[in-house]
Amino acid sequence: MSASHPVALEPLWGDYQLDQAFDELREPDGELRPHYRAMAESLAALPPGELQRRKQAADLAFLTQGITFTVYGRDEGTERIFPYDLLPRLVTAQEWDRIERGLTQRITALNLFLRDVYSDAKILNDHVIPRELVYSCKHYRRQMRGLQVPRNVYIAVVGSDLLRLNTGEFVVLEDNLRVPSGVSYMLTNRRVMKRTFPLLFQRYGVRPIEHYPQVLLATLRSLAPEGRPEPNIVLLTPGVFNSAYFEHTYLARQMGVDLVEGRDLVTHDNVVYMRTTDGLKRVDVIYRRVDDDFSDPLVFRSDSALGSAGLFNAYRAGNVTVANAFGTGLADDKAVYAYVPEMIRYYLNEDPILPNVKTYLLSEEKDRKHVLANLDKLVVKAVGESGGYGMLIGPQSTSSQREEFARQIEANPRNYIAQPTLDFSRAPCLIDGRLEARHVDLRPYVLFGDKVNVVPGGLTRVALEKGSLVVNSSQGGGSKDTWVLE
Amino acid sequence: MGSGVIGFEQVHSEKRDRMLSRVADSLYWMSRYLERAENTVRQLDVTMSLMLDTGGPNAETRWQRMMAALGKPDGMPWNGDLDSMTRALVFDPIDPLSVTYCVNAARENARQVREEISTEQWQRLNRLYHHIHSPHAQAQFSSSATDLLASIIDGIYLFKGTTDTTMIHGQGWQFIRLGRYLERAYATATMLEFYQPELFQQSSREGAAHLYLEFVGLLRCCTSFEAYCQVYTADLSPDRVLEFLLLNRDFPHAIRYCVDGARQAIDAVQHTGGRRAPDELISSMGKLHAMLIYTNIHEILAGDAAAFLHTIRGQCLRIHELIYRYYVHYSIQSALAV
Repeated sequence: MSASHPVALEPLWGDYQLDQAFDELREPDGELRPHYRAMAESLAALPPGELQRRKQAADLAFLTQGITFTVYGRDEGTERIFPYDLLPRLVTAQEWDRIERGLTQRITALNLFLRDVYSDAKILNDHVIPRELVYSCKHYRRQMRGLQVPRNVYIAVVGSDLLRLNTGEFVVLEDNLRVPSGVSYMLTNRRVMKRTFPLLFQRYGVRPIEHYPQVLLATLRSLAPEGRPEPNIVLLTPGVFNSAYFEHTYLARQMGVDLVEGRDLVTHDNVVYMRTTDGLKRVDVIYRRVDDDFSDPLVFRSDSALGSAGLFNAYRAGNVTVANAFGTGLADDKAVYAYVPEMIRYYLNEDPILPNVKTYLLSEEKDRKHVLANLDKLVVKAVGESGGYGMLIGPQSTSSQREEFARQIEANPRNYIAQPTLDFSRAPCLIDGRLEARHVDLRPYVLFGDKVNVVPGGLTRVALEKGSLVVNSSQGGGSKDTWVLE
Repeated sequence: MGSGVIGFEQVHSEKRDRMLSRVADSLYWMSRYLERAENTVRQLDVTMSLMLDTGGPNAETRWQRMMAALGKPDGMPWNGDLDSMTRALVFDPIDPLSVTYCVNAARENARQVREEISTEQWQRLNRLYHHIHSPHAQAQFSSSATDLLASIIDGIYLFKGTTDTTMIHGQGWQFIRLGRYLERAYATATMLEFYQPELFQQSSREGAAHLYLEFVGLLRCCTSFEAYCQVYTADLSPDRVLEFLLLNRDFPHAIRYCVDGARQAIDAVQHTGGRRAPDELISSMGKLHAMLIYTNIHEILAGDAAAFLHTIRGQCLRIHELIYRYYVHYSIQSALAV
């Protein structure tokens, strides 16, 4: 990568303003960051129209692979490809090293926390975390008390959301410990990008992520019940109407395991079976992509037909492993999140490598007063929601929205937290054939079986709309491939 | 990631050749729907081409005959507008008779078992689906319906070829074959049952040239004109046509061949799985097969040919039902008792 002569990118610049947010591509003075130079050079070297042509080829690849979602409402049954951006996001080896260590530390602590809370609850007895905060969490599952889970692993599959602040530092915005999704987009993005920019990919030396399904399989196998050396592993999906169905089929196929629905499972004498053409076959490990609430109508929501009756008792009896365990949503509650740094100190006696975002707990009177006085500057979130729902973005809100949220906060303070509006980093995106900056986050995927594995890469989610801070795919977000450099 | 090699150390986990009942059912139906689409496309193509020739029945009669031959005499009543009717038969997404409906249903079944079929298969089927739904297809239909119909058939052929070359020839593949052959045997029997009185009993009444075209059309509905000529020369006679479509051992669209294929698929399923197919299924399959092997065309024509064809259809339905009851929708009690 030559660093001296400037790259002739002029024809490619769109509206690319620099402000206080960290820019992944450019230094504050407008110069390209060194690790992006090779990408800029190869973009500049492309003949006019070539980028659009590659974009079309990539679109077609997504469409014929059926990586689509169905748009309801407008044109009933229209299928769209998931929005994505053509340009990969680059993460240097040094940056990644910190992320990897930070996530390993964090996931280890979160898992210890779940084990503790569902057994002796030492951390509560020592008053490190308020007892009422834990027991009032709607994802706390008392059915899990005193239950021994295999290898003490509660969270086998994790996808934590990271942001990069204007200091260049990565922080954790939230941990997804229930059924994190998006990993199939990470993998298919990579496949398409390798085809779209083969030379650039080779030139950069990108760390591979393609082994993820294999590591996932090994992780699940390592969690099989005792005495089942050849475990039958299945992936439990809510079914074809779930928005992540593509991902479920993708992972099942890549792992070579059966994709089952609740109706394929039968529990008899606390053993789970699946219905096959060859009769009933015992199931040992379930990688569950169904929420707690819908997993077993006998124990959780009785009106759900997505799970399988008797599953939880079989789980209690130790005859089947379910990953992630039930009740893990407790640890990604947004109010409990505020205590993760304390957990890391308490269980590991270490300082957190990846910091949290400053979080106000509205159940605390001092915090609440401050937040209610500054609603126009803060982001307020409901603690148990995900996917960008139940959220107030202060600077972009109307006064009536703020009044509504203030009322809800007063009525149920435990249900909300507030955070400063973050100016998180922006990365170059290809918008109408030109480079423009858009806000991005990063969701790396972590697997935890006999040890913690952080797959080098992840899903970079992009707020494709100009100026937008919302990266969720349900709300106009897209994704891009993430290249972790050697 | 630490050391690069993950999962390789574990012993090859032995995976029995069995599959989820729901999956087998979806593969079976995916295959049936595609076969149905193919049959409809071919019959429509032949009917439209026969309408070009003067002499013989008029468009309305031809349309109704085609509907009857598709097994749905009241399916789409003639409304006088051939263009809108043919369009509906190809593109109407609501009408279960239409080609689009069948392709949609096939793809929906495939989507539900996306992890069981190969990526190549899925992409093939997806291309066919997007092709038939594109505005381009409508335009092509207007300029040359035959071209469009041919492109749909091509799409289906490509899918079948991809299926045979990219999928493990295990249980899933056998259920696909089973669906294909049962559907084809049933559809061909339905068509012959309908045409049989008209062509084989009143053959002397109409002009030779016209009749020749009718026979060619019938053979072409089963894509078997050239194959017939190889066996019997272009000398078309009613009993030979019937004999060929019913009893030929080697031609993939002949009913005997289809029944044999379905029988082999059932055999393969029971040999790869750990449990035996029920006697009832084996005997139904065997009876039907024997009926086609040990009967010659003169016996059929001397007796009640329509009843013979009707029995074939009935047996196909019976076999379908037994497959469903034994492989897909069995009771838990019966399975636990084993």
